[in-house]
Amino acid sequence: MYKIVKKEKLVEDIDRFYIKAPLIARKAKAGQFVVIRINEDGERIPLTIADYNRSNGIISIVSMRVGKTTTLLSSLKESDSILDVVGPLGNASEIENFGRVICVGGGVGIPPIFPIARELKKIGNYVISIIGARSKDLLILKEEMEDTSDELYICSDDGSIGYHGFVSDFLKEYLEKNLTGNADKRKDIARVIAIGPALMMSAVADVTRPFNIKTIVSLNSIMVDGTGMCGACRVEVGGKTKFVCVNGPEFDGHQVNFELLLSRQKIYCDQEKECMDIYEHKCMLDK
Amino acid sequence: MTEKINRKRQKKEKIPRVAMPEQEPEKRNKNFNEVTLGYTEEDALREASRCLQCKNPECIKGCPVEIDIKSFIKLIQEKKFDEALKKIREKNGLPAICGRVCPQEDQCEKVCILGIKDDPAAIGRLERYVADREMKEIAEGIKECAWSEVTKQCTREKIAIIGSGPGGLTCGAELAKLGYRVTIFEALHEPGGVLVYGIPEFRLPKEIVKREIDYVKSLGVKIEVNMVMGKILTIDDLFKEGFRAIFISTGAGLPYFMGISGENLNGVYSANEYLTRSNLMKAYKFPQCDTPIIRGDKIAVVGGGNVAMDSARVAKRLGAKHVYLIYRRSEEEMPARNEEIKHAREEGIEFKLLASPVEIIGKDGWVHKIMCIKMKLGEPDDSGRRRPVPLEGSEFNIEVDVVIMAIGQGPNPLLTSTIPRLELTRWGNIKADPITGKTNIEGVFAGGDIVTGAATVILAMGAGKSAAAAIDEYIRTSIW
Ligand SMILES: Cc1cc2nc3c(=O)[nH]c(=O)nc-3n(C[C@H](O)[C@H](O)[C@H](O)COP(=O)(O)OP(=O)(O)OC[C@H]3O[C@@H](n4cnc5c(N)ncnc54)[C@H](O)[C@@H]3O)c2cc1C
Ligand SMILES: Cc1cc2nc3c(=O)[nH]c(=O)nc-3n(C[C@H](O)[C@H](O)[C@H](O)COP(=O)(O)OP(=O)(O)OC[C@H]3O[C@@H](n4cnc5c(N)ncnc54)[C@H](O)[C@@H]3O)c2cc1C
Ligand code: SF4
Ligand code: FES
Repeated sequence: MYKIVKKEKLVEDIDRFYIKAPLIARKAKAGQFVVIRINEDGERIPLTIADYNRSNGIISIVSMRVGKTTTLLSSLKESDSILDVVGPLGNASEIENFGRVICVGGGVGIPPIFPIARELKKIGNYVISIIGARSKDLLILKEEMEDTSDELYICSDDGSIGYHGFVSDFLKEYLEKNLTGNADKRKDIARVIAIGPALMMSAVADVTRPFNIKTIVSLNSIMVDGTGMCGACRVEVGGKTKFVCVNGPEFDGHQVNFELLLSRQKIYCDQEKECMDIYEHKCMLDK
Repeated sequence: MTEKINRKRQKKEKIPRVAMPEQEPEKRNKNFNEVTLGYTEEDALREASRCLQCKNPECIKGCPVEIDIKSFIKLIQEKKFDEALKKIREKNGLPAICGRVCPQEDQCEKVCILGIKDDPAAIGRLERYVADREMKEIAEGIKECAWSEVTKQCTREKIAIIGSGPGGLTCGAELAKLGYRVTIFEALHEPGGVLVYGIPEFRLPKEIVKREIDYVKSLGVKIEVNMVMGKILTIDDLFKEGFRAIFISTGAGLPYFMGISGENLNGVYSANEYLTRSNLMKAYKFPQCDTPIIRGDKIAVVGGGNVAMDSARVAKRLGAKHVYLIYRRSEEEMPARNEEIKHAREEGIEFKLLASPVEIIGKDGWVHKIMCIKMKLGEPDDSGRRRPVPLEGSEFNIEVDVVIMAIGQGPNPLLTSTIPRLELTRWGNIKADPITGKTNIEGVFAGGDIVTGAATVILAMGAGKSAAAAIDEYIRTSIW
């Protein structure tokens, strides 16, 4: 059992949980994730380690309510426990002094990009962050991102805050402005790291491709064990099959077959809906 | 005296091998309850009476852990069931499991002397009978659980075991019996390895696995689940924390795919995923349990081993109208246990033999058809089995909505890749001494599928047991 020591509602539908998991906290690195199972009948789902504190043994995860398991998770309160928390899984992000880097985070992609931005900055990179949400009320971790970025840009789909449009649109304008024209005024971008919904990552990869900027994305495929045992999480990168949980989750965005990822994310649409409907019905009856 | 003669005469009458009571095929292929129901006492006595009590029994030599089969059958003949079980337990800590899943026809029963002229003694079924009998008596309160009070305090050196399959469990049990403080680290949320995530409920009820694991725990073995070793702790961490020796038994958990086009379409599973969803995650109880699984109408399973049979039979139970088992050789070469092949056929699995998939054809991202090519058998290969050769131009399609790849598993590199100095074979298996399990790193032992490649429960147990002896010697002598 893993105790929830603190819970914060970040915005409607998104919560942050602080969980006591000393061994995981001791080893966790930016870019890694855990797999959780809430109860005996529960599903195993992956969530990124949004932060870790080695001295007090606490990790934090940020979860958005999208279906049964994440809804069940959000119903848990402080001092409740999660049955299983497994990790740290996946490979850590590559943290080196690359020079100027751009971190792009969309929606629940912001929490996972945060520790990466922080580590990149710590090691000497010039960090430009672009974060976005559907609207102002749904934007999370603005202050944290401000603290870890040399430049922070905010986008919203509805224009209620910052740039009116997608993060990928803003990125495109930014690159066009800064990377074309007068050679001695150019400030080359060493790499872009993008985390968010698959469509967003795919759009970012399309934007950076013509500029030839190495672009890292963190893929969110469906998983079961998270240890390379089942192959549920397989994706195609550079024409080869890879398991996201052990070969990733980060890959070269220009090599990823996003169409396949998007298609595989929808495998259980019908069952997920059924599961959620039953759960909501039950919740209603309980009330 | 007269009794002896009587018995001899009886044997001359040739009692036929006692059949195993089973659920009817048409009924059982719709539920997940155990297929075989187990012998009654009468069945067991009758079957035991067939044993010739040979002067030079071959059966014992055929058993990878050398159970004294002749003696335990004798004890059954004498109705000394508890003693029979004790006799088995001298060599095998998991009789209820082995009685169910060992390939007896390739081991003890293959060489049984009775088998020369008649059907061999049903050794596996008898083994299962005595183990189940005790469990039943304990459940009914007739017998006290002999080991619940044994739970003891181990005080000797700390030993770590990585992986809680049959190899790790056996090694742990043996070491605890010797007084070592054993901790088994398991990556999944439940211990048991393939016994819980792979082999389905209808073949090996999870209640039985749980009981055998409780027994191992009662010996003082600690089991820590959710511990993906190599990630959460490395072997160096373990040594630093005072573990004096480490036994690695992480199994063969990496699913292989064929590398043909269409394998990443929606609806294509590795057998590992399909079975893990259905067994470990109980997807067969969806939506009562949250993990989903695609219940197709027409399902193709590729392969001919136990894993393929299990997948096919699960598919049938999940409601598929047609389950095709596609295997590139003929039935004779199938590596699955005979009983599983027989059961699969009875349950309506449709065998497509001498055929091999060449492509999976999709429609809107989902599996639509599987294209196969016919094969013929050519010259024998290294394994002695005749090599399948494709017949050019013989391609044909089968319409399916789910494809399950059960063509084999390899060693999962997750842990071994974190120990760069550990010597591996070309295929990624750990190089270890076949008897002691010693690897090239002092204090690190390995055994089971991670060393041999996908094999059997009993071989993994045998490896765990002999490694335990070697670990004990190493700790006592400090000689590597
Ligand atoms: C490496 C990784 C890191 C992730 N990190 C986060 C995070 O930090 N915060 C966050 O909110 N979400 C994260 N996700 C996504 C999260 O796992 C899914 O939102 C969650 O599984 C949905 O479960 P559900 O039962 O609530 O919804 P469902 O209704 O079951 O599913 C909604 C959608 O989520 C995806 N999904 C469903 N089951 C799984 C599964 N077992 N594994 C993966 N995806 C699944 C599917 O695409 C599905 O269509 C991450 C995913 C991956 C692979
Ligand atoms: C579907 C199926 C059916 C089978 N049917 C039969 C049968 O009928 N008869 C028979 O004799 N054999 C059968 N086998 C084969 C048999 O189950 C295996 O040979 C046997 O289980 C091997 O035992 P093991 O202890 O080496 O490994 P496993 O049983 O594979 O156990 C390994 C354990 O190690 C854990 N692990 C892996 N990596 C790590 C890590 N890094 N950290 C912590 N833990 C880790 C795994 O999660 C797993 O629990 C079958 C196999 C399958 C898959
Ligand atoms: S070889 Fe067969 S008949 Fe002979 S003792 Fe063993 S089980 Fe009995
Ligand atoms: S989640 Fe099972 S292999 Fe990646």
